[in-house]
Amino acid sequence: MTTTTAASAEPGERTVRKSSPGAARGPRRTGRIKRIGLPYLLLLPALALELLVHLVPMVIGIVMSFKELTQFYIRDWGTAPWAGLDNYSVSVHFDEPVGEALLHSFFVTIGFTLLSVGLCWLIGTAAAVYMQDNFVGRGVLRALFLVPYALPVYAAVITWVFMFQHDNGLVNHVLHDQLHLTDKPSFWLIGDNSFYALLTVSVWKGWPFAFLIVMAGLQNIPGELYEAAALDGAGLWQQLRRITLPSLRPVNQVLVLVLFLWTFNDFNTPFVLFGRTAPESADLISVHIYQASFVTWNFGTGSAMSVLLLLFLLVVTGVYLLLTSRGRKTADV
Amino acid sequence: MSSTSTTPRSPMAPPRSFLWSRRIFLTLLTGFVLVPVYVMVSSSLKPLADVSGKFRWIPSGLTLRPYVDIWSTVPLARYFVNSLIVAGAATACSVVIAVFSAYAVSRYSFRGKRVFTVTVLSTQMFPGILFLLPLFLIYVNIGNATGIALFGSRGGLILTYLTFSLPFSIWMLIGYFDSVPRDLDEAALVDGCGPLGALFRVVVPAAIPGIVAVAVYAFMTAWGEVLFASVMTNDTTRTLAVGLQGYSTLNDVYWNQIMAASLVVSVPVVAGFLLLQRYLVAGLTAGAVK
Repeated sequence: MTTTTAASAEPGERTVRKSSPGAARGPRRTGRIKRIGLPYLLLLPALALELLVHLVPMVIGIVMSFKELTQFYIRDWGTAPWAGLDNYSVSVHFDEPVGEALLHSFFVTIGFTLLSVGLCWLIGTAAAVYMQDNFVGRGVLRALFLVPYALPVYAAVITWVFMFQHDNGLVNHVLHDQLHLTDKPSFWLIGDNSFYALLTVSVWKGWPFAFLIVMAGLQNIPGELYEAAALDGAGLWQQLRRITLPSLRPVNQVLVLVLFLWTFNDFNTPFVLFGRTAPESADLISVHIYQASFVTWNFGTGSAMSVLLLLFLLVVTGVYLLLTSRGRKTADV
Repeated sequence: MSSTSTTPRSPMAPPRSFLWSRRIFLTLLTGFVLVPVYVMVSSSLKPLADVSGKFRWIPSGLTLRPYVDIWSTVPLARYFVNSLIVAGAATACSVVIAVFSAYAVSRYSFRGKRVFTVTVLSTQMFPGILFLLPLFLIYVNIGNATGIALFGSRGGLILTYLTFSLPFSIWMLIGYFDSVPRDLDEAALVDGCGPLGALFRVVVPAAIPGIVAVAVYAFMTAWGEVLFASVMTNDTTRTLAVGLQGYSTLNDVYWNQIMAASLVVSVPVVAGFLLLQRYLVAGLTAGAVK
């Protein structure tokens, strides 16, 4: 920028420029300060908000996890007595009721997340690959497939709640009345079946996101690659294995991680599906901690559990990025 | 927009087995996707007897009664307005802030750039439950100290929601801005535009699909959130996410009204999303997945 400020500026040129080129030294210096300061200025709103809503609360949450924060102290939480590591030791004593329930909830969440992410990815990728070529009705189908993702969570999940009703739901009507697969109508939102109910809803809502991302990723694969492969006699299956999947690797790396984190931390789906108390077999960790905090009013223990959860997610994300980025130059995420 | 940049996979026609497996797979998937949608739509038009007794695929009669009743059973109109204000404001703020941040990261090299992007993105992995209570305490304390009511107000909810969509928005826009040639904004700078002029006259217009995509995402995030809405709102500021649960806490569960209300609150987002989804796909293609 500064190189263009010629010392002998002609009158005609001068009217074009906003900064007067006459005092060459002054503007140059403030210009540089501006150039250095500008990026930070642009980042300031985002930084301030992230600090206020995410980072400061996280630090407070960590402090709270070391306090004995029961309902007696919630009015003025600063005066709550320090509890040292008590909240943590309660959480990780897996042979006592609190720790045992937390561990159970943790394993349920892991199983649920792995199944849900796997199915979402599989269905989403299969649909995107099947719809890579143009065919009649492709545009309509694509819009249709995105509907579950576009629906607000509560509206979608409440519809499933209706379908899973014991007496007047669609699922029991089809399985029991029409197909006669069960002796008597099953309960879906309590008991062991609730795990599968939750999984179904989660996959129904989640797979279109994988579909969307993979579809976008497929559009960046040049068509010549497929033409060349076809000329070399590669079949569809080989094209999928040798071209499509390898080209999608960077997309999948981010997609799977994002799906994992979203599913693992999902609160909305189980909360709307089961209400405040989830059945044991579908006791996801976020609802479990919510319950530990707000139903028993023991926020210290709830915070300790949240911190443990965060540590776990940090480790998983770190290891995942290390493993999947091996051999690639940068891990941008 | 299905016709854009369709990559011809192979010059030959695909084998019959492929076509058949595709037909079967896509038909099953369509069924899976559509059944709940059908239940929602058909049940919202059924008389109460149909939804209280055994499930019926075909309604015994059609009625628009549920669509009239939903507005008086719970104050749905108020929830609707609250949701519109909260989601609209959160989206507008989130997009503007994300544009500034993404421009800084995309066009400047500065100390702390990597720390910034990693920190912002890592907030995505925080379990919401971890900062729900601290945030609640912060808002209450800010309210006590300054008189600015954040807890229980729409403002507090707007502030919270806009940070939810911010990380993903910034990340997606960085990719999108990177794909806008630098020569364009350098030419604008030479022409006498300041950096902000270059941003708003050159980069933003060239990145409209990405910005629309980000706005759609931000709006959907704010419209559908349940956890913070259930803790941080009161009777006057309640949003749809919490308000809809009002139908099922009554003694009789009016499933036809619940389905009608679900449909009504879904229509704005689903219609908007379907109209703008081509931008979302284009935005993702150019930005995030590159």
